[in-house]
Amino acid sequence: MPFLRILVLRLLTTGITLAGVAVIVFFVIRVVPGNPIAMMLPPGATEADIARLSALYGLDKPLVAQFGIWVAGVVQGDFGTSITTRQPVLALVLGRLPATLELSIMALVIACLLGGAAALTGTRFRGGRTEGAIDVANGMALSVPDFLWGLILILLFGVLVPIFHISGRVTPSLDLPFTTSFYLFESLIRLRFDLWADIVAHMFMPALALAIPLAAITGQLLKQSLKETMNLDYVTLARTKGYGESRVILREALRNAALPTLTLVGVQFTFLIGGTVIIERLFSYEGLGNMAIDAVINRDLPLIQGIVLLFAVIFTAVNLIVDLLYTVLNPRLRHG
Amino acid sequence: MSFLSIRNLSVRLKKGPPLLRRVSLDVAAGEVRGLVGESGAGKSMIGKAVLGILPPSVEVTEGEILLDGIDLLTLPQAQRRRRIGALAALIPQDPLTALNPSHRIGPQITDRLVDILGWTRADADARARNLLAEVQIADPDRVLRSYPHELSGGMRQRILIASAFAAEPKLIVADEPTTALDVTVQKQILKLIAGMQARHGTALLFVTHDLGVVSKVCQKLSVLYAGMVVEDTSVADFYAAPRHAYSAALLAATPKYTDPSAGLTPVPEVVIATVQAEVAAFDRGQAHG
Amino acid sequence: MVDAKAIDGRSMIRRRAGLRLWLSAGWLAVLCAVALLAPWIAPKDPLAQDLFLGRLPPAWVQGAEPGYWLGTDSLGRDVLSRIIHGARVALTVALVAGTITCLVGATLGLMAGFLRGWVDIVISRLIDIWMAFPPVLFSILLIAVLGPGLMSIIIAIVVIDWTRFARVVRAEAMTQGAMDYVASARVAGRGRIGTMVREILPNVLPTIVVLLTLEMGIAVIVEAILSFVNLSISTDDPTWGGMIAEGRTSVHQAWWVLVFPLITLFLTVLSFSQLGEGLKDRFDPVLR
Repeated sequence: MPFLRILVLRLLTTGITLAGVAVIVFFVIRVVPGNPIAMMLPPGATEADIARLSALYGLDKPLVAQFGIWVAGVVQGDFGTSITTRQPVLALVLGRLPATLELSIMALVIACLLGGAAALTGTRFRGGRTEGAIDVANGMALSVPDFLWGLILILLFGVLVPIFHISGRVTPSLDLPFTTSFYLFESLIRLRFDLWADIVAHMFMPALALAIPLAAITGQLLKQSLKETMNLDYVTLARTKGYGESRVILREALRNAALPTLTLVGVQFTFLIGGTVIIERLFSYEGLGNMAIDAVINRDLPLIQGIVLLFAVIFTAVNLIVDLLYTVLNPRLRHG
Repeated sequence: MSFLSIRNLSVRLKKGPPLLRRVSLDVAAGEVRGLVGESGAGKSMIGKAVLGILPPSVEVTEGEILLDGIDLLTLPQAQRRRRIGALAALIPQDPLTALNPSHRIGPQITDRLVDILGWTRADADARARNLLAEVQIADPDRVLRSYPHELSGGMRQRILIASAFAAEPKLIVADEPTTALDVTVQKQILKLIAGMQARHGTALLFVTHDLGVVSKVCQKLSVLYAGMVVEDTSVADFYAAPRHAYSAALLAATPKYTDPSAGLTPVPEVVIATVQAEVAAFDRGQAHG
Repeated sequence: MVDAKAIDGRSMIRRRAGLRLWLSAGWLAVLCAVALLAPWIAPKDPLAQDLFLGRLPPAWVQGAEPGYWLGTDSLGRDVLSRIIHGARVALTVALVAGTITCLVGATLGLMAGFLRGWVDIVISRLIDIWMAFPPVLFSILLIAVLGPGLMSIIIAIVVIDWTRFARVVRAEAMTQGAMDYVASARVAGRGRIGTMVREILPNVLPTIVVLLTLEMGIAVIVEAILSFVNLSISTDDPTWGGMIAEGRTSVHQAWWVLVFPLITLFLTVLSFSQLGEGLKDRFDPVLR
């Protein structure tokens, strides 16, 4: 039962957080100077034109009333209409979400692989030069944010040795047979490996840029945790059973050492998702983040609201999932 | 020819003081040898050296550890591990920390049978069930599916004993196997180890600080002080007439089960001074030689 | 247990940490000097355009023009001079935004962690809400609200990053608050605020200094990101982010427009972060 109570409590605080985000976004963007309606119309538009269009978007009502209308809509799944494209915000946002999700998850996978490899190698050759080199690399990777790694990758593998694409999500001239926006996933399902390779060649560098800082922090923590675990009695006992050292690390230590790292990876993963905003811009990748920056530049209030709220939902969802995962993976808590 | 033969084994902290000073001892096949001494005397260190699990902060400076005639110290790590895994096993001190919390009990008993000795899963599982019955665990099937945290300390120690005997090793190192347990459980576990040892004919290196335990389980005995073997004798001779002053004092300091009212007599300071002088003389000899 | 090797290793770590500290402090000192003296040491006017000198390569590459050491951008502006003047914006943002963020965040964190009660509840909830915002998007949004300019950037950084200080300082203050010396200060008759400022603050200060150093690096990056999205200060003024944005579009034709500001930015961010990490090791009693 305590598990259920924790879950309910968590959902409750999550709700409060999301409500807070909604309130802040709504009121912050209403302070934006410059009438978005005036920007939509050609320069010669009259006051009357502006007023009419404002009324159409509900922007002539008092702020509190606007907020009420917006919340009422959101509850029913209506996030309003984008001012620039005149399409429903929800459809626009959901259309871009898969691109950002695929990018984030690919980055997470890369980060776990890189970080895990660094931690395991460092543990296997602990106390030696290899471990020292891994520590230095980790320190560098941690010191510099994804934005700079992105630029460095563009120079290295986009210009110097051009093996990856540096902009877009897929080569525009390609004929796409997809019905969903999960290009990476769907190309695999449809066994279109030519398309899949093209998509990966576009995604790999932005994903790697996002992954590097997370890989470093994961690697550092996992290595520390592994080294502590390697001194425990059950690991020593496994050594007497005839296993080699690598096998001991993988079989006996890794799982227990990974648990404390997991919570942290969760928090860091939300930072990674936040990083997609600028990385998508940098690589002209057509995801949510890129759309968000355009929306801000175009003063598209309903669209900004929708995107920020969606990001907040993703963040809190990730944290919730990590907490649940932690409980599931830890046998001591599972039966608690 | 002894099954385990340690010759002049010296171990020290890396660039630090010695922990074992030219230790020599033998364990014949099927024989039980006790290793006694105060904490810090190096008795556990000998067990660890035999099993190849010395901590990375210490190093072997000289000597040989012959296991079934082959010096373990000359083998490369992977080969040494394999040989030790095939011939020897450990009953650890603390059952609460010696089982992996994220694996079920079953695999922890059978893993070496399947992974290293190439048994089939079914054979290994059957073997595990028999072993659990042998260590008097009721409902072996449930226990095999349990996680360590679901079992009591005494239960876990029985499982560790079963696991040690799983591959029919020729030698088992028992590192203070009863110290971490309740007094009531201690006796049962001791009886269990003695019984299993007799039935399987396994040689046993029994590390303990408790001379009372030694008299019940062991045939041979090495007394250690500051990493030096001060007496190597049979248990019968030892109780009849200990040769070294330190071991005599140690024996006198052990409470008798027959006469609990006698209380504890600490090892006299004169005896300590004598044995410390011997250690100092040994170190001087090492420095000059 | 005295382990000689551990002592060796420890002193080696300290020596390396010391080198790291000096290298990063050195780079930042040079940068400060360059920023202060920019009008005198910049070889050219950073705003002077000359379309006939567009995209000149750096001095050591074929086709370079003397006097333009690191080449020119597409409008013929001198890259080196623009980097030098860009340092002014970057360092101003780092110092001013970093310090204000630190003051706001640390104060709130200290209050939440030591005073507890409803103060803590309110501040913690605010932190939670803040953590649910994508920070880059939030900062872009704020700049859109506040309008471009140095002031806006600083405000945006403070508004977004105060939680970095608040979270850590709150946790530290809670640990310190539970210690005996705090109780004895209270018993000795010191008030709550007095205890907080006189007893807790000095013990949390090393952490705050480390965070401040790291925050300055972050501020530099945020400024660069905002100028990259073209939302920083006015488009003419040289900023590293703005140069990078321009370099990104012409990376295939003129790599130097991207590479040199990028290297400068990279070294600066690395230095702030290494300085912070180095200070952390210095302050860490286990290593000291």
